[in-house]
Amino acid sequence: MASPLRVRPILRARGIGRRFAGVTALESIDLEIRAGEVLAIVGENGAGKSTLLKILSGVLQPGSGSLESVAEDGHAHDMRLRSVADATLAGIALVHQELNLAENLDLAGAILLGREHHRFGWLDTRSMHAEAARWLARVGLDLDPSTPCGSLPIAQRQLVEIAKALSANARILILDEPTSSLSARETERLLAMLDDLRRSGVAVVYVSHHLDEVLRIADRALVLRDGRMAGTLDRQAMDRPTIERLMVGRDLPPTTARPSLDGAPERLVVEGLVSAHSRRRTASLTVRRGEIVGLAGLVGAGRTELLEAIAGLGHEAGNITIDGYALTGSIAERVARGLAIVPEDRARHGLFTLDPVRTNMSMAWLPRGARAGFVDHGGERDLVDGMIARLRLRPADPSRRVQVLSGGNQQKTILGRWLAVEPSVLLLDEPTRGVDVGARHDIHEAVRAAATAGCAVLFASSDLEEVLLLADRILVMHDGAIAGEFTRDTATEVAIMGLATGGALEAAR
Amino acid sequence: MRKHWGLLGIFAVVCIVTALYGKNFLTAYNLMNLVQRTALFSILALGVGFVIGTGGIDLSLGSVVCLVGIAVPWLLIEHGWSPWTVVPVVLAGSALIGLSHGLLVTRLRLQPFIVTLCGLLLYRGIARWMTGDQSQGFQGEFADLRSIAVGRIPLPGLETFRLPATTIPLIVLAVVAALFLTRTVWGRWLLATGSNEAAARYSGIPTARLVTGAYVACSLLAGLGGMLFIFDVGSAQPSDFGNFYELYAIAAAVLGGCSLRGGSVSVVGIVLGTATLQVLRNSINLLGLGSQLEFAVIGAVLLAGVAADELVRRWHTARLERRGAG
Repeated sequence: MASPLRVRPILRARGIGRRFAGVTALESIDLEIRAGEVLAIVGENGAGKSTLLKILSGVLQPGSGSLESVAEDGHAHDMRLRSVADATLAGIALVHQELNLAENLDLAGAILLGREHHRFGWLDTRSMHAEAARWLARVGLDLDPSTPCGSLPIAQRQLVEIAKALSANARILILDEPTSSLSARETERLLAMLDDLRRSGVAVVYVSHHLDEVLRIADRALVLRDGRMAGTLDRQAMDRPTIERLMVGRDLPPTTARPSLDGAPERLVVEGLVSAHSRRRTASLTVRRGEIVGLAGLVGAGRTELLEAIAGLGHEAGNITIDGYALTGSIAERVARGLAIVPEDRARHGLFTLDPVRTNMSMAWLPRGARAGFVDHGGERDLVDGMIARLRLRPADPSRRVQVLSGGNQQKTILGRWLAVEPSVLLLDEPTRGVDVGARHDIHEAVRAAATAGCAVLFASSDLEEVLLLADRILVMHDGAIAGEFTRDTATEVAIMGLATGGALEAAR
Repeated sequence: MRKHWGLLGIFAVVCIVTALYGKNFLTAYNLMNLVQRTALFSILALGVGFVIGTGGIDLSLGSVVCLVGIAVPWLLIEHGWSPWTVVPVVLAGSALIGLSHGLLVTRLRLQPFIVTLCGLLLYRGIARWMTGDQSQGFQGEFADLRSIAVGRIPLPGLETFRLPATTIPLIVLAVVAALFLTRTVWGRWLLATGSNEAAARYSGIPTARLVTGAYVACSLLAGLGGMLFIFDVGSAQPSDFGNFYELYAIAAAVLGGCSLRGGSVSVVGIVLGTATLQVLRNSINLLGLGSQLEFAVIGAVLLAGVAADELVRRWHTARLERRGAG
């Protein structure tokens, strides 16, 4: 295992295509997966990435074209993956975007799920723990195999999933948006681990929206657009503008300039806030009218807790005012004062998944348009149509269930819900997690437009690039408190990471 | 209406089969009885429909029917209260019961199943204790008051079939409920709360108030239903009056397409579901299947209906997903 292996093809796809109900999702895709290499697949949502991944992992069967497995001597033979079980047998493992570890199992049980060791029908816990410990070490986790999965932070769960795949003898590891919920440092560790796996001869297929990660780790990149191959780039040919142009098929317009905030009054004032989750620490901050403030920090630094406390979830002590009016009570009461919150977990806290875009978007606006408590259906239609156009929602169909929309369009729906009521203060938690480049641009522009119209925006993001791109001012959180502040001009990734990892505190000692 | 074709089909088949092979199905007397029972049970089912819409459940409504139904003759005859006092008092009492359920669910965050299961035991126990487990009845008095339920309204052109008076409160309540759910902000918010409570809360919807309101509406309608039921039958035993009514109501709502996961309620479905169950009970009787089989048949029909519904839903979702994928 230790010595670097020769890079050689192990799986080939030829002319893969797939149609759904007459709509082409994927057409003539050729690709080669090579042992000891990282292949990145990039493309906007709807470009066909998930269909391709499903075909590679046995969830879906190709409508046309074929997969072939390539033996060590270069001999290729047809491979049919009729199910996930087939793919597992062929050594292909998919690590999902939504992590699905059984929360009630311990690590050993989760890693060896379905392959439990037993003696005379009884679970052999000791031997399971020994094997699990080996795989945990392999992915760089120093954890007791009897730890319950439910108690692990997301980053570690992801590594456990990878350990699980490796323990099942995976030769091809497919990672779907693996860093969407990781902090910069955790991402760094994951990438280092993948580098290690690559050197030991595993083939890694890496799907991500984060082009900087792709540029760092990928040996080759396959760019998809509208279900077709927009291009395959080798390491030498890979750079951000090239990939973006291939993905979007157009050059993204430059971002709008931010107006000066000189003399703008303070809109959101938070003083000595104590949240239910970080009892020891208090936080104070202000956001001015028209200002966009970004909260940077590692996962677990308390950004989400801070935003939620401002919104009324776990607000234990401290004063919060909007335009001088104190915020107290439930979210509903704060919303009435002009607050809006776009939560981190879209599916759980944001969407009514079975309902169409229209009802999802008009939810907060309803009482404004109502006459004697009755919904103004005409007004609702106009509002939603206008908002769909403004946010460039695709497809522009208000009756589409949000369940079937891409992450970017779902996020636009929730953002539209709040833009419809023109809030005084807009809180955004991870505004573009799992959102593709084009939609991310649209969302950023919509947030800038809201700020220009006078809204005070406070957002949290694990994506430093996003923080630097969107924020006028950056607050860095560390361990439940605000560790420091940068303006747009003074901020650098290195300086922010220094504060986020507690650097300033150590220097002070 | 389109989503009710399946249920409408079951309803029609049961009616046709019973009319062809059973005795007396199409007689005016039998039909009047069926309409009467459908109206009374629909009122209960509408109430529980609101609670189901929020993703909750109310198992106590049969016992509320019993407590209120028994309390009316008990207060009127045994205690000699005036009807003008009794009616508001029992209705306020049932609203209070609903309020307590709502507060226990929203404030104390107890599970609706447990809260209302305890209610089921509690209210029946109280009804039996306060009456000494003695049958309560109007003893031939209060005919005017009882005519709200036993009255029959002549219809022009029909000789023998007269419309049971209980259809009037049902129509009023059904129209109000349908308008509330589909046309008002609070109706939308109620269903939103049922489909994703957390998302509703994050959207600034006062979810606790809506959920509490749904339990109040449910118990209030159960109380109203209990009053109408006792007016209808004249006298009843505290030990068995209203037994299993909560299950008829829940079954009707489920048959009518309400999801127990919350978020979807159809007033038309609830009334049609109730009618189907009542016709089914009637036909078991008329076809001579033996009333012992009643629960078994209802259980089987409900299971078949829900399973068919789930399969259709899954097929539909799979189709949507395949379309949206890629």
